[in-house]
Amino acid sequence: MPSAQLDTTFFALADPTRRAILARLARGEASVNELAEPFAMSQPAISKHLKVLERAGLISRGRDAQRRPCRLEAQPLAEANEWLETYRQYWEQSFAHLDDLLERMKDSRAPQPRGKRTTRTKRTPRKH
Amino acid sequence: MMIKNVGTMQLSTPSDTEIAMSRVFNAPKELLFEAFTTPLYLKQWLGTHNGWKMTVCEIDLRVGGKYRYAWEGRENMKMSMGGEYREIAAPDRIVATELFDDPWYPGGAVGTTTFVEASGKTTVTMAVKYANKEARDAVLKTPMESGVAAGFDKLAEIVATRP
Repeated sequence: MPSAQLDTTFFALADPTRRAILARLARGEASVNELAEPFAMSQPAISKHLKVLERAGLISRGRDAQRRPCRLEAQPLAEANEWLETYRQYWEQSFAHLDDLLERMKDSRAPQPRGKRTTRTKRTPRKH
Repeated sequence: MMIKNVGTMQLSTPSDTEIAMSRVFNAPKELLFEAFTTPLYLKQWLGTHNGWKMTVCEIDLRVGGKYRYAWEGRENMKMSMGGEYREIAAPDRIVATELFDDPWYPGGAVGTTTFVEASGKTTVTMAVKYANKEARDAVLKTPMESGVAAGFDKLAEIVATRP
């Protein structure tokens, strides 16, 4: 079931800039400067986003003091997606079964073809 | 209020403490009401995902009456919940409390299920009101309401295709 880690992950993913950063990192590691480039944002603003992503375990930073390259960590994202997928599957599959059940219920209640009347309609006056 | 389409369902947050889910079914509301309140029928669909089976379904369908559901999944996983009926207006509306035996959110919850029919199709809306916003958010986990899901599929794909 959902954990505190999942909360952190979803919070980190709730921001479009942070999602864009992750998408960029999916293509390979990058420095803060490189990450800031495509965004109309200052380096400190990007650094703030990176801290949130790092806390959520979605990225890690290299030890190179100068560059400290960021890279994507796939595990929390996979876990978060698993939760969403489980939720969706739970209801999608339940409802698909309900669709089938409703068809069976409709069939069993539909007026039967002539000459095959069931007990449900036994009081219906028959012709002749 | 946020609205998000998830597959054939629509998820929304009518208030700070609620989550609502809607789905359209190709059947009159009387059948839906029966499918939601008859153990024989409920066992055929509710929670029946990925090999999970509903093993207990007891219903005392009257105001103040109790219900109890339990499921078993693969690897002996179990889940169970129950509650009490607060309001029954067949075939339009059911209000009942709901409490999981092993809850992952604080406090109980009250669920309102409505069946609205139009031209032979019925929209079922299941709205659950939680004790407070924290409980609601714990259930919702934010992805549906914050727009995470929007960019999520793509990200998940990226992650899945990473070496």
